[in-house]
Amino acid sequence: MTITEKILAAHAGREVVEPGELIEVKLDLLLGNDITAPLAIAEFQKTGAQKVFDPEKVVLIPDHFTPNKDIKSAEQAKILRDFARQQNLHHYYEVGRVGIEHAFLPEQGLVLPGDCVIGADSHTCTYGALGAFSTGVGSTDLAAAMITGETWLKVPATIKVIYYGKLNRWVSSKDLILHLIGDIGVDGALYKTLEFTGETITNLSVDARLTMANMAIEAGAKNGIFPVDEITIEYVQKRAKRDYKVYASDKDAQYYDVREYDVGTLEPQVAFPPLPENVRPVSAASEISLDQVVIGSCTNGRIEDLRIAAEILRGRQVSSNIRLIVIPATQAIYLQALREGLIEIFITAGAAVSTPTCGPCLGGHMGVLAKGERALATTNRNFVGRMGHPESEVYLASPAVAAASAVLGRIVSPVELGL
Amino acid sequence: MAEKSLQGKVWQFGDDINTDLIVPARYLNTSDPQELATHCMEDVDPEFTKKIARGDIIVAGKNFGCGSSREHAPLAIKSAGIACVIAKSFARIFFRNAINIGLPILESQDAIEEIVTGNVVKIDLAAGKIYDLTTGKTYRATQFPPFMEQLIAAGGLMEWIKQKKMHNTVDCQ
Repeated sequence: MTITEKILAAHAGREVVEPGELIEVKLDLLLGNDITAPLAIAEFQKTGAQKVFDPEKVVLIPDHFTPNKDIKSAEQAKILRDFARQQNLHHYYEVGRVGIEHAFLPEQGLVLPGDCVIGADSHTCTYGALGAFSTGVGSTDLAAAMITGETWLKVPATIKVIYYGKLNRWVSSKDLILHLIGDIGVDGALYKTLEFTGETITNLSVDARLTMANMAIEAGAKNGIFPVDEITIEYVQKRAKRDYKVYASDKDAQYYDVREYDVGTLEPQVAFPPLPENVRPVSAASEISLDQVVIGSCTNGRIEDLRIAAEILRGRQVSSNIRLIVIPATQAIYLQALREGLIEIFITAGAAVSTPTCGPCLGGHMGVLAKGERALATTNRNFVGRMGHPESEVYLASPAVAAASAVLGRIVSPVELGL
Repeated sequence: MAEKSLQGKVWQFGDDINTDLIVPARYLNTSDPQELATHCMEDVDPEFTKKIARGDIIVAGKNFGCGSSREHAPLAIKSAGIACVIAKSFARIFFRNAINIGLPILESQDAIEEIVTGNVVKIDLAAGKIYDLTTGKTYRATQFPPFMEQLIAAGGLMEWIKQKKMHNTVDCQ
């Protein structure tokens, strides 16, 4: 069996599961945010249910329109807060102590290898970086699971992705995942698992792996998952407050497809609007001028991402035509960046640094685009109207490309700065 | 329980219609279905909700509902009065959400190639058949697994949970 099949079998109380089977699994963690949880809470209450199945396992994170952007968002966030208090949820985190959910949960050790997790947010697939099964669902699925502690799933078939080669300077895990989505398309892994393997992967940090698993959904995948190795264990050991179990794919595991990529000569990648599959090398994008650059989000707002951006921005200035917005994904990352002097580099370069929020990624607040404006972002979606006006545009790239582009005002690799 | 027979005018869309197109995130500071309905498909066609009549049907290409997990998307479609979405394929979270909230959806390869905006179609949900009354052609939709038929018949996931789960008589298969 594959790692995904083993985790699902264990949580279904079964020895073996096969792709296509419908199973019911016990859940280790459930997640909702200030957009999706209010609907889930309403559905929960409509059934007459009194208590969530386990107040330690239901996590509510206000991160999308927070700090509250308007009265309506404040009302939505208040629904979470009131419910969390009423149900004595152990894992509700308030503005000032919270972060973007998919950066925050791994950082706090709330998700561990071998876990089975659902979240009412499509990027819940991020936790596969830790060797967990995690997938996005809607609010009603979350409501049902808050009552029962279980959910139904169809066992996904797995596409194994093998990466070879040593990455060039300024090429990151963001480029690996964009390259894959560009190859297989936005439904290339629909209903399936993406299992990331290969020598290139074994050298990636957990931060870098989280970026890749995060975007599995952009290829339509149910989950993305990584083998657990020493790098994973080092990351989770100092964070885990409970036991966890490590699963690994068998040598004779069955795969739906195996795709191999030699990435030794890969350039930084850019996804052109309006779909994450419109991927081209950065050298094919250098004529594109920009109005805004965003560095942050559940995809690329972690400390390593900020370090790369700061390395490029140190001693340089953001182009006079550009608004650069930097958003550390959690309070802990923000504090770490402050201690390392990264925040000072950003501000000196002319960037706006924001408190953690999903904000601009989904056109919510903190950097919404006007008609005809163009942004490059380290986020995960470049759909029509994603960051604002339906006639604005979003290009997706890595923190390195984002920082270099902020300096020159057009889409470039850091190589163009002589780096 | 969903009505078994539906009839309405078709509104056709392309491939990869994502949840930001179905209901843009800038309107997600509410979860009121009626308010969400007023923004349904706004960034594809700002006049969409003014043009449609209750009972109309959306026909779309592959990967309908890709993107975010927002249940606001099928809710907006349902509350706008759309009776059914027929697509070549659905993104998986949208698929679950639609079934969970009781928005009828059908997958059909052939129907998508031939049915165009303005045609009137009749749908027999129980039989999984799509009749294009404009052209006289009939199409068969992909059948759902029995478990999903149970969810649909119960009127969505929460009704199913109430009927089965909260009385400890679960049968997932």
